[in-house]
Amino acid sequence: MPNVPSEAPRGDRRSGPPRRVTMQRCGPILVDGPVEVELEDGTTVRSDRFRVALCTCRRSRRWPWCDTSHRERV
Amino acid sequence: MEHDRRGPALPAARGPVSAAVAGYLRGAGPPPRVEDVAGARAYGDDLQLALYLCYELHYRGFADTDRDHEWDPDLLRVRAAMEQRFLAALYADTPGHTGLDDALAELLVEPVRGTGVSHYLRDEGELWQLREYAAQRSLYHLKEADPHAWVLPRLWGRAKAAMAAVEFDEYGGGRAERVHARLFADLMHDLGLDTTYGRYLDAASAEALATVNLMSLFGLHRELRGALVGHFAAVEITSSPGSRRLAEAMRRTGAGPAAEFFYDEHVEADAVHEQVVRHEVIAGLLEEEPQLAADVTFGIDATGHLEDRFGGRLLADWRAGRSSLRVPLDAQTEHIARIS
Repeated sequence: MPNVPSEAPRGDRRSGPPRRVTMQRCGPILVDGPVEVELEDGTTVRSDRFRVALCTCRRSRRWPWCDTSHRERV
Repeated sequence: MEHDRRGPALPAARGPVSAAVAGYLRGAGPPPRVEDVAGARAYGDDLQLALYLCYELHYRGFADTDRDHEWDPDLLRVRAAMEQRFLAALYADTPGHTGLDDALAELLVEPVRGTGVSHYLRDEGELWQLREYAAQRSLYHLKEADPHAWVLPRLWGRAKAAMAAVEFDEYGGGRAERVHARLFADLMHDLGLDTTYGRYLDAASAEALATVNLMSLFGLHRELRGALVGHFAAVEITSSPGSRRLAEAMRRTGAGPAAEFFYDEHVEADAVHEQVVRHEVIAGLLEEEPQLAADVTFGIDATGHLEDRFGGRLLADWRAGRSSLRVPLDAQTEHIARIS
């Protein structure tokens, strides 16, 4: 689809470039911040960092943020 | 001749070279001689303090010293001689990894039974040991991220953009109260330490000074930009798990909320930073300058080597039941109480 000026209202992310999300098989998901995460209980947590690392291994003690607990332990 | 009024006082000398540098800075003696450097041990108190004094002129300087000393040719000449001794020792002591991938892979593995300082402090550290640790680390943390800012003009493209982004985070993302150096001052306050910049220079061991001198050495030389990036990677990659242990130590000893927060913040921040440093700073740098891979590896290995020396010294002192500091904290604190 060609990239044409959108008529979508301002603030609608569909009008801008897509947000890039970086996935790794052994590591967190990286998303450009700020990020707001809605948790299972309906509460939200927010990170204002320029990039945010989201836990995917579910071992983080600071979940949903990565705390490097995915690392191999020997 | 312009004199700095502010800044920390010059510390007590630890041998002939540091005495000569301090005397010259004070305007009370001739320039230090390059020949004197040969007699000083590379990692010893005298050389490390003398080098620290030379480098500090590029950060905040010292009170009542001539500002022009920052670019004084005589001082730069003796500094270069000290740097050569320091670098030669580091190269000799870090035969290191066969390649960058090996060096990074080793950092990314967590030992189940670690024996480092942060493990010790988490498991059995007492408040007085946490205070000593913070006092020695304050030489870096009160200028956290500053030595690494020097690398920015020497990077290009992806590496530069990513390095600047991480530094921005270190500097609080534009908010003064979140600057990491400020968060560390808050930690020191919780621990009853004096947050004045440079206050604990006299107390710090040669091993502590060497860890800070390494960053200044790498940061101030464009030639060593690869090593600076390696150093930064080593610090950021190992920081999250180490910071978690230190946060637990702060909680267990009831050090205080700001003391806990400093390390909690680093668990989260550095889990992001290490990803950015590996995938963008290192990868970006090597895309532009692939010949620097060996320097990045050297930076990682030199950092590990000096951190091990510092940790070993701390644990040896503490296990023997003695202070790790050259000047007792209480003596310094009493001194502060008297003058304030």
